[in-house]
Amino acid sequence: MRELLGAGFILLGIPFFIASTVGLLRFPDVYTRLHALTKADNIGLGLICLGLAVQASSVAVALKIALIWGLILLASSTGATLIATSAIRHGPAPLRRNDDDTHAGR
Amino acid sequence: MLAVDLLLALAALATAGQCLLLPGLFRAVANLMAFGLVMALIWVRLEAPDVALAEAAIGAGITGALLLTALGQLPASRRSIQPTRDRPLRQLIPITALVLLMAGVLWATVLALPKPGLVEEVAAVLPESGAEHAVTAILLNLRGIDTLLEIAVMLCAVAAIWSLQQAIPPPALGDHYPGLPTLARWLHPLFLLMFSYFLWQGAHAPGGAFPAGAVLGAGGVLLLLTGSIAWMHQRDFNLLLRWLLTAGLLLFLANALGGLLMTGTLYGLPPQLAGYFIMAIEVATALSIALMLMAFYLFGRPGAQR
Repeated sequence: MRELLGAGFILLGIPFFIASTVGLLRFPDVYTRLHALTKADNIGLGLICLGLAVQASSVAVALKIALIWGLILLASSTGATLIATSAIRHGPAPLRRNDDDTHAGR
Repeated sequence: MLAVDLLLALAALATAGQCLLLPGLFRAVANLMAFGLVMALIWVRLEAPDVALAEAAIGAGITGALLLTALGQLPASRRSIQPTRDRPLRQLIPITALVLLMAGVLWATVLALPKPGLVEEVAAVLPESGAEHAVTAILLNLRGIDTLLEIAVMLCAVAAIWSLQQAIPPPALGDHYPGLPTLARWLHPLFLLMFSYFLWQGAHAPGGAFPAGAVLGAGGVLLLLTGSIAWMHQRDFNLLLRWLLTAGLLLFLANALGGLLMTGTLYGLPPQLAGYFIMAIEVATALSIALMLMAFYLFGRPGAQR
């Protein structure tokens, strides 16, 4: 039962990784790529960690897996902020649909 | 699991190939870091988690960041070195010959290894070595001289970096990147916890001084680069820093000479005291390794600031 539940969570997590990979390859600029990478990865990794934690042999192992997820959340969100800040300061400006659209709040 | 192994082998070859063949130094460094991570996964598959951890921390993290920093210091014209493609055949032949030769030597070495290994011999002397785990016993007692030389090599690397130029103080990150110093400070207790765990684990499982030093060093590099460790740059602490850097090697040498005095052979630890010797060396070595890894990231000789 637990193995089935765990496998289900892991299978649920995989599409998020595929979506974020497609986004990384297909999105036009660094900001949208970061968005695709971090948002989808966090949920996908969360589901996979949940799936592994459900199958874990003890509560301690499950907590360790949860800790790994938390650490990656911290690191990836900080890393994404750093890359985005650095790109805003030194890199290309974010793409806009057209130049009149800057106050549309998108 | 064969599919995973094949995938890892392919990934290692692909990242190594891209590192060598793609134009641009930045891509080469990025691929080298990816290669280090793949190697770490391969070590995990070979059931050597301690080596995997050291590889991930040193091979991918610390070396990669060092190379990226060096890249940032190069003038823009030197960064985009193109690999020469004008004489592919004349280059390909010696490279292929060299690779085949090295593969042959490695293969011959593997075949020449003693077939059951030295497991029984090591197990026989394990009770006298002062360590419960065979790897720790080999690293710090039976082949302690090798480990001593490794520490000496790292100290030479620090001396080489310090002899190149003056240290580069870390940039003020707080204004534009407030997240990074905060993350480094928040995570440091976890680095310390992992360091203590690996040291403690070294007595009875794979672990010990090198993974512990690598983890603490990685956390320390993060703190150093975000400007949280100011004392390493200051002239007043320069002498202290030098003594701390050499402490591991000096203690190791003192142990080797103490062994010579007590038992008549260099590094011959007396069995009844070996446990204490190993514990002292392990702690001092791990701290020294961590500090040496951090000293690389001064990018030069500190002490210009008062």
